[in-house]
This record gives sequence, C-alpha cells and structure tokens, in this order.
Amino acid sequence: MELFILFLSAILVNNFVLSRFLGICPFLGVSKKVETAVGMGMAVTFVMTLASMISYMVYNWILVPLKIEYLYTIAFILVIASLVQFVEMVIQKVSPTLYQALGVYLPLITTNCAVLGVAVLNMNEGYNLIQSIVHGVGAALGFTLAIVLFAGIRERIENNNILTAFQGFPIALITAGLMSIAFLGFQGLL
Amino acid sequence: MKKIIQRLSNGIITENPTFVQVIGMCPTLAVTTGAENGIGMGLATTAVLVGSNLFISLLRKFIPSKIRIPAYVVIIASLVTLIEFTLKAYVPALYSQLGLFIPLIVVNCIILARAEAYASKNKLLPSIMDGLGMGLGFTLALATIGAVREILGAGKVFGVQILPSSYQPALIMILAPGAFFTLGILMAILNHVRSKKMKNA
Repeated sequence: MELFILFLSAILVNNFVLSRFLGICPFLGVSKKVETAVGMGMAVTFVMTLASMISYMVYNWILVPLKIEYLYTIAFILVIASLVQFVEMVIQKVSPTLYQALGVYLPLITTNCAVLGVAVLNMNEGYNLIQSIVHGVGAALGFTLAIVLFAGIRERIENNNILTAFQGFPIALITAGLMSIAFLGFQGLL
Repeated sequence: MKKIIQRLSNGIITENPTFVQVIGMCPTLAVTTGAENGIGMGLATTAVLVGSNLFISLLRKFIPSKIRIPAYVVIIASLVTLIEFTLKAYVPALYSQLGLFIPLIVVNCIILARAEAYASKNKLLPSIMDGLGMGLGFTLALATIGAVREILGAGKVFGVQILPSSYQPALIMILAPGAFFTLGILMAILNHVRSKKMKNA
C-alpha cells in the first residue's frame, strides 16, 4: 500500500515535469508530435527505471562502504551515461526499427535532468532498493503522461491562430502553465 | 580586447541562453521563486561554466574526439562537486534553497553546449570570456524571472516589501504554474520588441 502511494504520488502529485521542473528540455523539445513523444517517454521510462536501480546499488554498495559519498554526482552521471550508451547498443541489436524511430533522442537522455534527478532524489529521501525502483518507474510514467498530453495539445495549437509574439515557445510555456494548474488539483489526492 | 567584449555581449544579449537559445530550462523554472535564488543559481552556474570552458579549452588538443563527451561530463561533474562544497560551507541557506538543483547543474545543457560549440575549438582567454558572458546572461535572465515572480507573488523584491500591503499577493506566481506563465510572457514581450525593431530597420 505504501509503495502504491509512492507510485501514485510520483506520477500525479509530484509530477516530475509539471511540479518539480525536471526534464523540461525534452518536454519542450520533443513534443511537437504525439508519436515522437510516446517514443521518448518509453525510452526515458526504460533508462530511469534502470538508473534508479543501478544508482542505488552504486551509492549504497560502493560509495558508502568506501566513505566517498560526496562523489555521488560524478558516479551517478557516469552510470547514466554508460547506461544510455548500453541501452542504445542493445536496442540497435534487438530492434533496429525502434532504434530508427528513437534516433537522436536516445543519446539526449543522458542530459535529461529527470534521470539524474530521480537518482539524487532517491538518495536524499533514503529510499530502499524496492522503493527506489517504484519511485523511478512512477516518475518516468509521470514524465511520459505529461509529454504525451502536452504533444496532443501542441498538435492542436498548430492549427490555431495565435498572436505573432506568442508563436512558438511562449504559447507552449503558457500551455504548460495551464497543465501545471490542472496537476496542482491532484495535491488533495493524498 | 574587442573580441573579449564581443564574447561577453554575445552571451548576455545576442545569444542569451534563456531567452534566445531556450536551453537550460529546468533550473530557470525551478529556482526562480525569488530574485535572490535566481542570482544564486545563476552565479553558481557561471562559476561552473567558466571553469569548464577553461579546462576544456586547455585540454582541447589532448581529448580524443571519440570520447570527448564523457570527458567533458567528468570535468563538469568535478567542478559541480567543488561548487557544492563551497556553497554548503559558506552559504548554507542558499544551499538548502537550491537543493536538488545544485547537483543537476551537471546536466544543464548550457554548459555542455558551450563546451562542445565553443571551448573545444577556441583559445583559452576567449573561452573563459565566453563562459563568463553566457553565465552572466543566464544569471540576468534568472534574476529577471525571479524578480517578476517575487513581486507578483509576494509583493517583494530581494525580501523588501515594495508593493503596498493592500496588494493581495497572487500565490500562484510562486507555485509551479507561475514559472511557466512568467517565462512565456517575458519571451512573448521580447519577441514583440524584436519584431518591431526589425520592422523599423
């Protein structure tokens, strides 16, 4: 039950994009079409799940026994960078079609702050291995939910008549602000 | 000398990372609940940016191009760790305010973008100036957004009350949605000014 609450709050209440501001770059950059947004969401979900698991292991099984916890930033970013590289190679071998579809977005996941963010948050909150993984999956699904909804709205905005000054990023940011208000409503959920 | 000034103004105005290039959005939106936090975050990022441009420019002939990205990331992560220690020791209040977003300076796209686009190809001094210019441009943007949100959301700037107490603070400007609205509207204003200038020219 506790795990379920953690999971739900990571998706809705503390949505990574709309209330914690993590992963804004891909959120604004890769949200012009629903299909690419779904692909990005899936890739991020995969990487974030593995990253929360492996960074937990690296922190608690390597850094803590050696008393070099303060090196966590360097350790985590190296874990994530190699993980993304690894995922890229595996996808390329197993499913070349998916690899083609994700294309440039795969390497960009390294600099997605949601991934490093989830690893650091897990460490700060002192979650155990299971909690870390559940939190990672929830946060990643929250990211996917936000980016897919946002892409759907942006596809519609394309056909609307918008003031010249607001075209492009400004209207996208206002849209995100309105979505963020909607997500504030979930705060009463827990 | 001319080149140095040109690098600075390039970062602050012509290619302002926030308003023109639209990169490094996560800290821009997250820590700008007040002008002070914005400046703190901006200066911390500037310090990392100047340091990373310095080291990457010095090492540009030694880093093989195939593994350059991991090499840059390690340099940046070490600098961020140093900044983290410094902030924790000297300004603990700011450190706890910025919290999660200090380690996340590592994945701020501005830093990697400048390393890749400028420092890896240019001499030491222009690279440092480029980092300083970009960092100050980022700081300026964060301070502006922070000040707007603080005025509307609390009636204060830098903690000093400036609006009359009869003003009902719009709490939403301090909450998450306010960040999106403020940045969106500031960008729209800049777009408007720019298109007017173009028409006149």
